[in-house]
Amino acid sequence: MSSTTNAPQKDERIKEQSKLREWLIRPELGGMCGAVLVFIFFILTAFDSGMFSAAGVMNWSIVSAQFTIIAVGACLLMIAGEFDLSVGSMIGFAGIIIAVLSAQFGWPMWLAIIATFFLCLSIGALNGWLVIKTGLPSFIVTLAFLYILRGLTIFTAIVTTRRTIIGGLHEKADGDWLAAVFGGKILKGFFQWMGDAGWIETFSRGSREGQPVVDGIPMLIVWALILIVFGHILLTKTKYGNWIFAAGGDAEAARNSGVPVNSVKISMFVFTAFCATVFATCQVMEFGSAGADRGLLKEFEAIISVVIGGALLTGGYGSVIGAALGALIFGVVQQGLFFAGVESSLFRVFLGVILLLAVILNTYIRRLITGER
Amino acid sequence: MKHDLKPIVQMKNIEKHFGAVIALAGVSLEVLPGECHCLLGDNGAGKSTFIKTMSGVHKPTKGEIWFEGAPMNFQRPRDAITAGIATVHQHLAMIPLMSVSRNFFMGNEPEKKFGPLKFFDHEKANDITMQEMHKMGINLRSPNQAVGTLSGGERQTVAIARAVYFGAKVLILDEPTSALGVRQTANVLSTIDKVRKQGIAVVFITHNVRHAMAVGDRFTVLNRGLTLGTAERGKITPEELQSMMAGGQEMVALEGSLGGTI
Repeated sequence: MSSTTNAPQKDERIKEQSKLREWLIRPELGGMCGAVLVFIFFILTAFDSGMFSAAGVMNWSIVSAQFTIIAVGACLLMIAGEFDLSVGSMIGFAGIIIAVLSAQFGWPMWLAIIATFFLCLSIGALNGWLVIKTGLPSFIVTLAFLYILRGLTIFTAIVTTRRTIIGGLHEKADGDWLAAVFGGKILKGFFQWMGDAGWIETFSRGSREGQPVVDGIPMLIVWALILIVFGHILLTKTKYGNWIFAAGGDAEAARNSGVPVNSVKISMFVFTAFCATVFATCQVMEFGSAGADRGLLKEFEAIISVVIGGALLTGGYGSVIGAALGALIFGVVQQGLFFAGVESSLFRVFLGVILLLAVILNTYIRRLITGER
Repeated sequence: MKHDLKPIVQMKNIEKHFGAVIALAGVSLEVLPGECHCLLGDNGAGKSTFIKTMSGVHKPTKGEIWFEGAPMNFQRPRDAITAGIATVHQHLAMIPLMSVSRNFFMGNEPEKKFGPLKFFDHEKANDITMQEMHKMGINLRSPNQAVGTLSGGERQTVAIARAVYFGAKVLILDEPTSALGVRQTANVLSTIDKVRKQGIAVVFITHNVRHAMAVGDRFTVLNRGLTLGTAERGKITPEELQSMMAGGQEMVALEGSLGGTI
């Protein structure tokens, strides 16, 4: 509070709250602690493995950024009280549609990307509309779309190309302005300069001799950062953010207060679809190909990131920063286990354990906030 | 006492039928500005249906609603709210996980401009929330405190303060004291008193005669969808109200056997 016009007196019934407790009830707490612990762990066990060299940092940053892009969408949607289980299938679907439109139909890449975004956002809106109109749990409606979209993806790929992987997209994307927004890199000059100055390693042999091993920041990471900033400001600093919390906290109470709950929820489904499509487009531009099996299980990875980030599965509470930290933990551990030379199947064990811990911690924090016992 | 005042709400011969069920069979009631009008009745008497008609949730089958001297035709609850009739429901329109100030301004968020963008003005929201709650006699630890940490009585008070701040002229309180303890009930009743003194009409629905007698200026009893008339404070005893609510004879006998404890 900045200006107290009325200087409220102390009420003897209100217990002083410790700063610690105030900190405890921040949704990001679990994510912050987790991130710190994960970094300490890998610095101790895998420091010499190259995990923290320029190339290593770029490696896990890219993976974390992938998780972040879908986690931001899932986070806002979960706070608004809904789930989207069709995110993974949407990623596969968007990729194949871009590939079919550009490689098979010969559309220019920018047009293929815009058309794909339009189609995918419409499907997101359809998801939301069905959830609102039928009153069914979003879990069921989007589970249906998990299968519908995956089936359509494989069908489209087979019917048009007789294959499930469509390649040769690098040539189509070359020189395309919109493709560069998803597949390009920024700060190339800066990284070259750092390489020349000896700050980061450079290739010492081969055709790329003299070039830095990391030659720029991929747009994927830029997209992740933009989405974090956008999501965080939207949620905490705008009227719309208040509506998102209200829609997920208690839709009926929100309606009574004049919050347009239906349109808030539908717009969050659209936003989730947007995030999935950004993910898919970045991936297609990076690999130069689209695969009908891309994005498998991504919906759950997004939800786990969000839960690690402190959001409640029941809606009405959570944080975009938390979700981003959850995604960071996810990426660092997945790649870190590889660097540390640990059998990669253990990653899933870790995932299950950390999910369980996060949910238990969140439930406890919820009690602290609401004063329930 | 306040007969020189013009009624702000007049409900004229309201009838409401749900299929074959006659929930209200011609109920009339006038509410004056600055009074606390108690609407009493046993469960099933039609209290809820009646106030839902007043707040625009139901359309009356027959009868007229006059607001500030003109006939009104509320299509939606939103219309009644815009006109200045606010309802604080038994099950509150409060979200426990959200802060008091976020709840207070839910649906009516103050904004400040930053270039072409508009942001939620948290500073203003927090200041106003603290002030308004202070006026109602509740000192919050912080406006960021979650509503879930407040007691039932405090939550009622936040809801009332919110309705008053956003310009309610008529405040309908649906059983605000039914689930509360003695101390919290006293808090809510004193809030009602404060609101009334600001010139706002309060329609206080209850089935507890003692709560009604504590703050009411006038009392209207509903029984089986009919009103048994409006009585003024001092011209009726709690016992009379009680027996009117229960619908007469048997209650007198029952009450006798219980030694006047109800």
